[in-house]
Amino acid sequence: MTARTRRHVAVVGAGPAGLAAAAAALRAGARVTLVDAAERPGGQYHRMLPEQYRAARPERLHHGWAAFDRLRRHVLGHPRCAWWAESSVWSLERPGPGDETAPRVHVVRGPADGAGRERLVLDPDALVLAPGAHDRVLPFPGWDLPGVFTAGAAQALAKGERVVIGDRVVVAGAGPFLLPVAASLLEAGSTVLEVLEANPAATVLRGWGRRPWELASQAGKAGELAEYTALLARHRVPYRTGRAVIEARGDGRVEEVVTARLRADWSVVSGTERIVAVDAVCVGHGFTPQLELPLAAGCALREGFVQVDGDQRTTAPAVLAAGEITGIAGAPAARVEGLVAGWAAGGGDAAAPEARAARRRRDRARAFAARLAAAHPIGDGWPGWLRPETVVCRCEETTYGALCRAADAPASAAARAVKLGTRAGLGPCQARICGPSVAELLARRSPPPDLAAGGHRPATPHHRPVAQPIRLGELARPPKENL
Amino acid sequence: MRVVVLGAGIVGAACARELARRGLAVTVLDRGGPAAATTAHGEGNVLVSDKGPGPELELARLSRRLWPEILAEHEAPPADAVEWDAKGGIVVATTDAGARELARFADSQRAAGITADTLDAAALAEAEPHVTRDVALAVHYPEDAQVQPSGAAAFLLGGALRAGAELRTGCEVLGAVTSGGRLTAVRTSAGTIEADAFVNATGPWSGEVAARLGAPVDVRPRRGEVLVTTPQPPLVFHKVYDADYVGAVGSGAEELQASAVVESTRAGTILLGSSRRRVGFDDRLRPEVLSVIARKALRLFPCLAGVPVMRAYGGFRPYVPDHLPVIGPDPRLPGLWHAGGHEGAGIGLSPGTALLLADLLTGRAPQIDPAPFRVDRPAVLFEGDDQ
Repeated sequence: MTARTRRHVAVVGAGPAGLAAAAAALRAGARVTLVDAAERPGGQYHRMLPEQYRAARPERLHHGWAAFDRLRRHVLGHPRCAWWAESSVWSLERPGPGDETAPRVHVVRGPADGAGRERLVLDPDALVLAPGAHDRVLPFPGWDLPGVFTAGAAQALAKGERVVIGDRVVVAGAGPFLLPVAASLLEAGSTVLEVLEANPAATVLRGWGRRPWELASQAGKAGELAEYTALLARHRVPYRTGRAVIEARGDGRVEEVVTARLRADWSVVSGTERIVAVDAVCVGHGFTPQLELPLAAGCALREGFVQVDGDQRTTAPAVLAAGEITGIAGAPAARVEGLVAGWAAGGGDAAAPEARAARRRRDRARAFAARLAAAHPIGDGWPGWLRPETVVCRCEETTYGALCRAADAPASAAARAVKLGTRAGLGPCQARICGPSVAELLARRSPPPDLAAGGHRPATPHHRPVAQPIRLGELARPPKENL
Repeated sequence: MRVVVLGAGIVGAACARELARRGLAVTVLDRGGPAAATTAHGEGNVLVSDKGPGPELELARLSRRLWPEILAEHEAPPADAVEWDAKGGIVVATTDAGARELARFADSQRAAGITADTLDAAALAEAEPHVTRDVALAVHYPEDAQVQPSGAAAFLLGGALRAGAELRTGCEVLGAVTSGGRLTAVRTSAGTIEADAFVNATGPWSGEVAARLGAPVDVRPRRGEVLVTTPQPPLVFHKVYDADYVGAVGSGAEELQASAVVESTRAGTILLGSSRRRVGFDDRLRPEVLSVIARKALRLFPCLAGVPVMRAYGGFRPYVPDHLPVIGPDPRLPGLWHAGGHEGAGIGLSPGTALLLADLLTGRAPQIDPAPFRVDRPAVLFEGDDQ
C-alpha cells in the first residue's frame, strides 16, 4: 500500500487525547497528520518547558512523564506520522448534506507572532478532534484587576516558564484542578495562604463517595490527588470547602480578596466575609470544552459536550472526538478515549481484544467524569456575587448592569441582539472567557426565544466559524492542498 | 384597525413603529427573537451611492432623509445604540475600464440629484490616508451613512412598543384563515391571531411565509459573508468600496460575486465584505469565499495584510430577481401586504419602506411612486427557475 492509498487520519490537538489517538491510528495502519498550535506536543497537561530553558529535570511537576515521553517519541518519530507543530486549525469546512466524507481541515502553519504563516488544507478520510478545554472563571467584582489569574494561566506560568505569580496567593474556585495548581505555586516558591473549594464538603463527598469501587480503576488519578493533598499538608496550606473568593480589591492591582462562606447553591452567607491580604489570586471554576471545531464540523452536543458513541464517533460523518470535549475527566481518561477514537478512525477492527479492553477502560473513565461533575458542580447562586458595575466581558468592558438592561428590554432581548448591543463576547477573545457565563446570565432573565430561524442556528457562545485568528494577508493567499 | 406585522427584523420593526404611531393596533410576530436573523448579520448600510437612477434610489433618498428625523424623535430608547454615522462613502475604481464605468454611473446619479464628488489623488489621500495609491478614479458620496443594524432595529421596535404595539416572539406562522377570499387571521405555533391587515416582513423567508398563506412571492435567499478584524486604531474613515460592488449588487448570478467593501465600526473593528452567492439556506462559511473577500479588501487597503480576522459571519439577503423591494397589498389575497425583498439594502431602506407601506395601508397619498414596488409584477409572481 502506498502512502497515497493508505487511510489518512488527521488528529487535531496533541495533548494526552490527541497523542494517544495518533498512536492508535498508526497502530491500525493509517497515515496520520497530527496538528497542534503549540511548538511541542503535550497539550496543557504535559506542558513542556521551552528548549532554551534546558531543564535538567523536565519531569518535575509532571505526572506520568516517562510514559508521555515514550509515546511522544514513538508518534513523532513514526514514518507514517506527519507532525505539524505551530499549526492552528482556523476553519473546518463540512461537506454538504448527504455527503459522508470528513470535513476539510484548514490550517495556518508557522510561529503565531511571525509574519506570513502558510495556509494548508487537509482532506483526511477521518478526523479526530481532541482540542481539549480551557479553564473557566466566573466573573466577580474585581476579577479584571491585574494579579487575578485563572488557575490555568498560573499553572502554565509555573510549569511552562517557572514564573511565580505572587508571594502571598489564595487559590479558589471549584474542582480538583485547584490542588495541582496550588502544588505548582508551592514548588515555584509562592506562599499559598489557602485553597478554597466553593462546594460544601457534603457535595464534594457525596459526589466522590458514591460507588467507590469505580475509583479503583482511576488509581493513577486518585494517587496523584493524594500526592497534592500531602504536599499541601506539608506546607500547612488549609483546604476549605464551602468558601469562595467573591471579590478582589486593590488600587491598580489586587491587594486583598474578600472570601465568604457559601450555601450549596453558592449564594453568600452574609456575615461570613473575611478580608485576606494577597498579592495574587488564582481562580478556576472548572473547564469549558473547546467546542468551536466540533460545532463547525456539525457534531451534535449533549449536555454541553460532544455526543459520541462507543467508538468515540460523533454524529458528524467521519469525525471522532476524544478528551475533554466529550466530558471533563482529566488526562488518563483523555488518553484512553484517544486510543479508542484513533483505532476506530484508523480503520482498526472493533472486535480486536485490545480495542475491547480500551473501550472498557474508557467506560470506567467516563464514570469518573460523571463523579467529578457531581462533586464539583457550578452553583446557581454565583450571579449574586455580581454588582451592576461588575465587568462580565473583559475584552469589551461590558458590565453586568448593561447586560441586564439589554436583556430586560423586549425590543433587544434576543441573545444576538444583546450581544451586538452590549458587545459582550465580541472582543478579541471571542467569548472564550465570558461566553458561557454571559449565556447563563441571559438564560436566567426571562429567556427570550432565540430559535433557529431558517438557515440560522440558535446563538451559542461556542460558535466561532473562524476558530483561530488569521491575518488578512494569510487568508488572501491560496492554500497548499493534497497533503 | 388591527395590523399584524410578521417578522421582527428591521423592516418589520420600522413598519410596526410607523403603523402604531398612526394609532393602529399593531402586533409583531417573530418565530425567533427580534432582529436575530438577516438584520443581525449585515453591515448596516444606509447608501445612496450604489443605486442608479430609478425607484430604488428614490426610496433610498426618502429613507436617508427620514433616518435623522426618526432618531431625533425619540428620547428613549436612546438613539445612541443605533450608532448612526453619516461618514460618507468613497467608491474607488482601480482599473481604467472600472473608472470609465464609475464616471458614467456617477454622472447619471448627479443628474438624479445625488452629490457625487470626484476626488483627485491628493483629496483621496487626505480623506483615506491608508487606501491604495493605485486608483484610477475615486468618487465621494457624502450622503452615505452607517448604523449598527441590531441597535437600529431595537430602536425602531422600541418606538413601536412605546406607541402601543405588542411583540410576540417564538411565534411561527403556519397558515392562513380566510373568509370570503380575504385573509382574516393567521394560524401560528401560538394560536390563531385575527386582524384586518397582515404585513409580511419576513425578509428572505417572505417566499416561504407567503406560500404558507396561499399567495407565493418569488423572494429567495442570497448568501453574504463579512469578515471582522480585531480592534484597530483608526485606519478607515469612510465606507470605502470597489467600483465593481455596484455590478455585483446588480447581478443575479448564482455563483460567487465578490467585491471589496471596507469600513470601521465604533468598536474599532474593521468590517470587510462582501460576497453574494445563491446557495439556498446553506449557512456554511466557505473558507475560499472568505479568502476572495480578503484578497479584494487588500487590493484597496494593502496595509491591512497583517491585521488578524477574529470573526466571520454570514447572512441571507432577501433577493428578488429584478432587484426591487416588494411593498404594497397583495391583489390575490386581500388583507395581505408585503414589505420585503430589499436584498442587501433593507437596513437603509427600512424607514422609507415603512412610510410607503403605512401611507398605502391607511389611504394617504404616498411620497414616492409605489407602482414599481407593487406585488403583481412579473419578477415577483413568476414562480420557478429564473434562468
